[in-house]
Amino acid sequence: MAPILEIKNLYKNYGSLNILKDVNVSIGSGDFLVLVGPSGCGKSTLLNCIAGLEPISGGSIEIGGQDMTHVSPKDRNIAMVFQSYALYPTMTVAKNITFGMKVRGVEKAKQDIKLAEVARQLQIEPLLRRRPAQLSGGQRQRVAMGRALVRDPKLFLFDEPLSNLDAKLRVEMRTEIKKLHQNLGASMVYVTHDQIEAMTLATKIVVMKGGVVQQIGTPAEIYSKPANLFVADFMGSPAMNLIPAKAKKNGSGYNVIIERAGGEPLVLHEKRTKKLPANVVVGLRPEDIGDAQYRKGRDLHVSSCQVDVVEPAGADTFVLMSLGGKEVTARLHAETAATPGTDMEFAFDMKKLSYFDADTGARLELG
Amino acid sequence: MTDDIHSASQTNMIGKLALRWGLYILLCLFALYYLMPLFVMVTTSLKSLDEIRTGSLVALPRDVTFAAWGTAWSSACTGIQCEGLRPYFWNSVMLAVPAVLISTLIGAINGYVIAKWRFKGANLIFSLMLFGCFIPFQVVLLPMARMLGLMGMAGSITGLIFVHVVYGIGFTTLFFRNYYVTIPTELVKAAKVDGAGFFRILWEIFLPLSLPIIVVTIIWQFTQIWNDFLFGVSFSQAGTQPVTVALNNIVNSTTGVKEYNVDMASAIIAALPTLVVYVVAGKYFIRGLTAGSVKG
Repeated sequence: MAPILEIKNLYKNYGSLNILKDVNVSIGSGDFLVLVGPSGCGKSTLLNCIAGLEPISGGSIEIGGQDMTHVSPKDRNIAMVFQSYALYPTMTVAKNITFGMKVRGVEKAKQDIKLAEVARQLQIEPLLRRRPAQLSGGQRQRVAMGRALVRDPKLFLFDEPLSNLDAKLRVEMRTEIKKLHQNLGASMVYVTHDQIEAMTLATKIVVMKGGVVQQIGTPAEIYSKPANLFVADFMGSPAMNLIPAKAKKNGSGYNVIIERAGGEPLVLHEKRTKKLPANVVVGLRPEDIGDAQYRKGRDLHVSSCQVDVVEPAGADTFVLMSLGGKEVTARLHAETAATPGTDMEFAFDMKKLSYFDADTGARLELG
Repeated sequence: MTDDIHSASQTNMIGKLALRWGLYILLCLFALYYLMPLFVMVTTSLKSLDEIRTGSLVALPRDVTFAAWGTAWSSACTGIQCEGLRPYFWNSVMLAVPAVLISTLIGAINGYVIAKWRFKGANLIFSLMLFGCFIPFQVVLLPMARMLGLMGMAGSITGLIFVHVVYGIGFTTLFFRNYYVTIPTELVKAAKVDGAGFFRILWEIFLPLSLPIIVVTIIWQFTQIWNDFLFGVSFSQAGTQPVTVALNNIVNSTTGVKEYNVDMASAIIAALPTLVVYVVAGKYFIRGLTAGSVKG
């Protein structure tokens, strides 16, 4: 099936300043694409380019199989939800939702039918006569979504739609957007700086930094196999442990040696690869370091380490230790016996280890 | 110890009260000082000439008469004609109303473009317009006279409207631009995605939001244009003079006795419209400021 959105070799410059460099993204029908990255990475600019609100400097954009590179926003068959909601302040909720249809010259009767349908879907029927100023943040958010929904577009664009809401409402609305996506089966592009939002919503994630795409993949791929140190560090909370280490050939595999201040180095035996450079960075998620008492199984390397800090967080307890000169976090059971200042047996899950080139930061593929 | 604190707070209270009263008295004095001339003008305009000659300046009129007002409105002499202020008053209305509306509308469009439809050199153009606000009237008199002559508008009300519109655009643009930069640009983006064009976004989204700034601009422009004397006296001729010029002529063209009551009545008539605009529109202005919250 033809992709709903296909971006090829997209460049965006402001004068001599490169905002986006050679972006290539493609999504199929029903995909939920999340653009994520730190502020200033160009994700919002990319979304504006897709919407046609920013002209692009090079490359092409196809929506629904048609070249839209130079088409004006209204003819791209898209709908957009903005961070500030951008509701028209002097119009009632109903007028806000029907404004687009009015501009396009849709018959009044049809407008009313669509309005009623969307209002029911978003449960905003009692609000239709109010003005945006009389609504709460969450209600405004719904109206903004309603304005997008009435359009029945090929592609929905969301520009950080939840970042103006308080923490609790944000989680609720996140779930609602996810439900909406499932019910409509619509294709969506969603911009956020919040990696948890990205993980929970996306079927496909684009991680960006400095206008360059770092990695494109499913949330699981991005999480377990980050393409480089930036992605590894950016996605996941607490962040992936990134520990500098030395690799030494040992039989059919490698010994990965991690220095420890005032003690024997920690030596992990890596059997999965025949080739590693001498200097590597080991990546391991906090949940892949366990309490040796509870964690049993093959492919575990058990070693005793000194516990520096214990941070109970309700469901989990985070334990910090020092390896290779870095603070390393382990996610343990809440009832762990870890005590600061004492030694404890940890189990390192050797199957989950990632390796990165210490010089380039790129992921080293094993095998 | 507690007594000390008590008495200290009491002296404090007395001090505060004294300060407050002192402030009120001072304010009242200032108010009186400012209202005095108005009082003299109104009372003098209601007296007969005899009473003015014999009575005191600040005394209330013994017999209230509106004769001077009637004379000022319809029969006072401005030079050789003796038609009062009436024709000139209407000249001013026909001059000020279109000039205010046109300059406000152009200012709104300019401000909207400069704030929300950025183009190369927008800042430069805005700075130049701002600079235009500070050019003294006298500097443009001769070039403007030549321009009006070339355009065939010399001595006409249309010509005066043109001058005031040109001179006002700098200010009106500044007002609207500064107002529109505070409105989120995402509104324009949302409207573009909805399919609205340049003028539709202005008419249906920006202008309805602009009541407070429209009122400010109208007050400012109306006051400027109605009270203008220099352009009025320079670019008009016998039949097209605005009320300010006519007022000057009434006061200066006395034959024999100086009719203070007519002069005062004329001055009040000439000043009345700006006063009315302040009283009527000022209310909407404050209402607009408090109610027209754009946030969200």
